[in-house]
Amino acid sequence: MSLLSVQNLSVNYDSIRAVKGISFEVQQGETVCLIGANGAGKTTTLKTLSGLLPASAGEMTFDGHKLNGMPAYQIATLNLALVPEGRGIFTRMTVLENLLMGAYNRTDRAAVHREIDEIYALLPRLQERHQQQAGLLSGGEQQMLALARAMLSKPKLLMLDEPSMGLAPIMVQTIYGIIQTIAKQGITILLVEQNVRLALGISQRGYVMEHGEITLSGESRALADDPAVQAAYLGEL
Amino acid sequence: MNVLEILRGKAWLTAGLLLVGLILLPFLVEASLGKSWLRIIDFALLYIMLALGLNIVVGYAGLLDLGYVAFYAVGAYCWALLASPHFGLNLPFWVILPVGAAVAALFGVLLGTPTLRLRGDYLAIVTLGFGEIIRIFINNLNAPVNITNGPQGITSIEPISIGGFSLGKTQEVLGLTLSSPHLYYYLFLLCVALVVFVCMRLENSRIGRAWVAIREDEMAAAAAGINTRNIKLLAFAMGATFGGLSGGLFASFQGFVSPESFNLMESIMILSMIVLGGMGNIVGVIVGAILVTVIPEALRYTGDLQQAVFGKVFVDPADLRMLLFGMALVLMMLLRPSGLLPSKQRRQELAEDAA
Repeated sequence: MSLLSVQNLSVNYDSIRAVKGISFEVQQGETVCLIGANGAGKTTTLKTLSGLLPASAGEMTFDGHKLNGMPAYQIATLNLALVPEGRGIFTRMTVLENLLMGAYNRTDRAAVHREIDEIYALLPRLQERHQQQAGLLSGGEQQMLALARAMLSKPKLLMLDEPSMGLAPIMVQTIYGIIQTIAKQGITILLVEQNVRLALGISQRGYVMEHGEITLSGESRALADDPAVQAAYLGEL
Repeated sequence: MNVLEILRGKAWLTAGLLLVGLILLPFLVEASLGKSWLRIIDFALLYIMLALGLNIVVGYAGLLDLGYVAFYAVGAYCWALLASPHFGLNLPFWVILPVGAAVAALFGVLLGTPTLRLRGDYLAIVTLGFGEIIRIFINNLNAPVNITNGPQGITSIEPISIGGFSLGKTQEVLGLTLSSPHLYYYLFLLCVALVVFVCMRLENSRIGRAWVAIREDEMAAAAAGINTRNIKLLAFAMGATFGGLSGGLFASFQGFVSPESFNLMESIMILSMIVLGGMGNIVGVIVGAILVTVIPEALRYTGDLQQAVFGKVFVDPADLRMLLFGMALVLMMLLRPSGLLPSKQRRQELAEDAA
C-alpha cells in the first residue's frame, strides 16, 4: 500500500475550483515531484494535505489514516510534515526556538537535543546563529532552517513547497543537496516546484499539474524527455 | 534583561536589595509623600498585574484585545457580590479569589471562542465591543432582578481578612503601625510576584513558544502541530485570569465598585502601559504600568505649579494631564517604537539593524 494516496481530490476557494479531482500516490521511500506553472494548484494541494485547507471532494489517505476533515495539528502528529511556500519561518524567534518548534509534539527531549546537535554539525551556519532571530538569516539559511525544523518532527513524509523560490542559483544547489541527503536517509519526499528541471533531476516520479488537473505523469527521466514537457517547462523547442 | 537571568546569576545581591527596597518603599512613600501616594503605589501594583495579564494576550500571542477591562470588571464584581451586604454574603478571600479568577477565565474563553478566526483590527473591534457589552450589562443588571445595583455600584465591600487579620484597618505588626494601604501593598506585592513568576515560566515554555509562533505565522504554527484554537483560548483565559485576580483585589481594596471604573479608557490605558514599556518584555511591561499610573498623578501638581508661577490656574490639570500623556505616547512611538525596554527579540532586531 502506498504511503500517501490521493483520490479525486477537489479543493475550492469559495466559487473558484483550484484543484479539480486529482489522483496521485507516493510510495514509501521515493521522491515524487508535483510540477507545473504558477496557479496550477500545487500549493493548494499541499495545504489541503496538511489540513490547512478543507477538501471539497475526494479522499486523502496517509499511512492508513484518512486525512479528510482532520485538523492540521492532528495531521502533524501523524508525521506528515510541510515546509510551506515562503518557508514559514518564525522570524522573531531565534534559530534554536524555531528548531524546537519542529519538535513541538515530541516528548523525547534528550533525543531532540541530540538531533539538533547533528543538524548543527551538518549546517554550521545554523549553529553560529542559533541565538539570533531567524528573520535575520539569509533566504537560503532560512530554507535550511525550515528543512531542519521539519526534520525534527521525524517525518514519514516530507512535503516541500517550492524550496528553490527566491534563492540565488548557488543557494538552490546547496538546498537541493540537502534535500538529496534527506532522501538518501530514506525519508519519503513530495516536492512541489516551478523549477521543473531541478525537480525532475532529483525525483524518481513526477506529476505535471495544469489548471487544477494532473495532465501528465510518469518517471521523472521520461517526463524530462517528453516533448510536451520540454516545450512547456524546459524552454526547449 | 531577563529577571530570571538576574536571579540565576551572581546577582543575588541585586535581588536582595530589590526586595529590601520594595519592603521599605511604603514607609518612605508614606513619610515623604503621604498616604494618598501610598494608595497610588497600590494601584500601580494592580495595574502591573493587569498589564502583565494583557501582555500574555497582546504581547505573546499577538491578539489585539481592546476590551481587556471586562475581565477586571468581572473579577471586581465577583468579589463585590460575594463579600458585601448587597447579597448579604461574606465569603472568605481564599474562596472568592479563585472563584473570581475562574469566572474571569471563563469569560476569557467566552470572548475567545467567537474571535478565533479574527486577527488584527477585526479582532480589536470585536474585543472592544465585548468590553462595552460587559460594562453596559453591569450598568443595567439592576432590573428586573437587582444583581449589580446598576450605575450606583456596590458599596461596603468587605476588606480582605486573612485568618481574622483584616487589611482594612490600621494594624500593629512587630511594633510597627501599618495603615490599610500599607498592608494591602504587601499583599499586592506578593500577588505581583506570583504573576511575574508565572509569566516568566510561561515565556520560556512550550506554551510560550507556541503563542509566539501563532503570532508570527499561524499557518506554519498549525503545520508544526500546534492546536492553534486551544492555545489561543489558553492565552485569552490566562490573560483574563490575571485581570480577574486584579479586579478582585481592586474591589476589596477600594470597598466600592461601579461600572464607571471599567470603561474603554481603562482598556486603552492598560494597552498603553504595554506598548510604552515594551510589548512582550516582563520588565518593560512593569515599568510601563508604573509610569502610566504614576505620571498622570504627578501631573496633578501642575495646577499648584501654575498657581505658584502665574498666580492663577490657566489650564485645568485634568486636561493638561491627558494632553501631556498623549504627547508622551506620540513621542514614544516616534522615538522608541518598540517601547522603553523592548523584548529580547525586538532588541536583537534593532541591534542588527544598527550593525
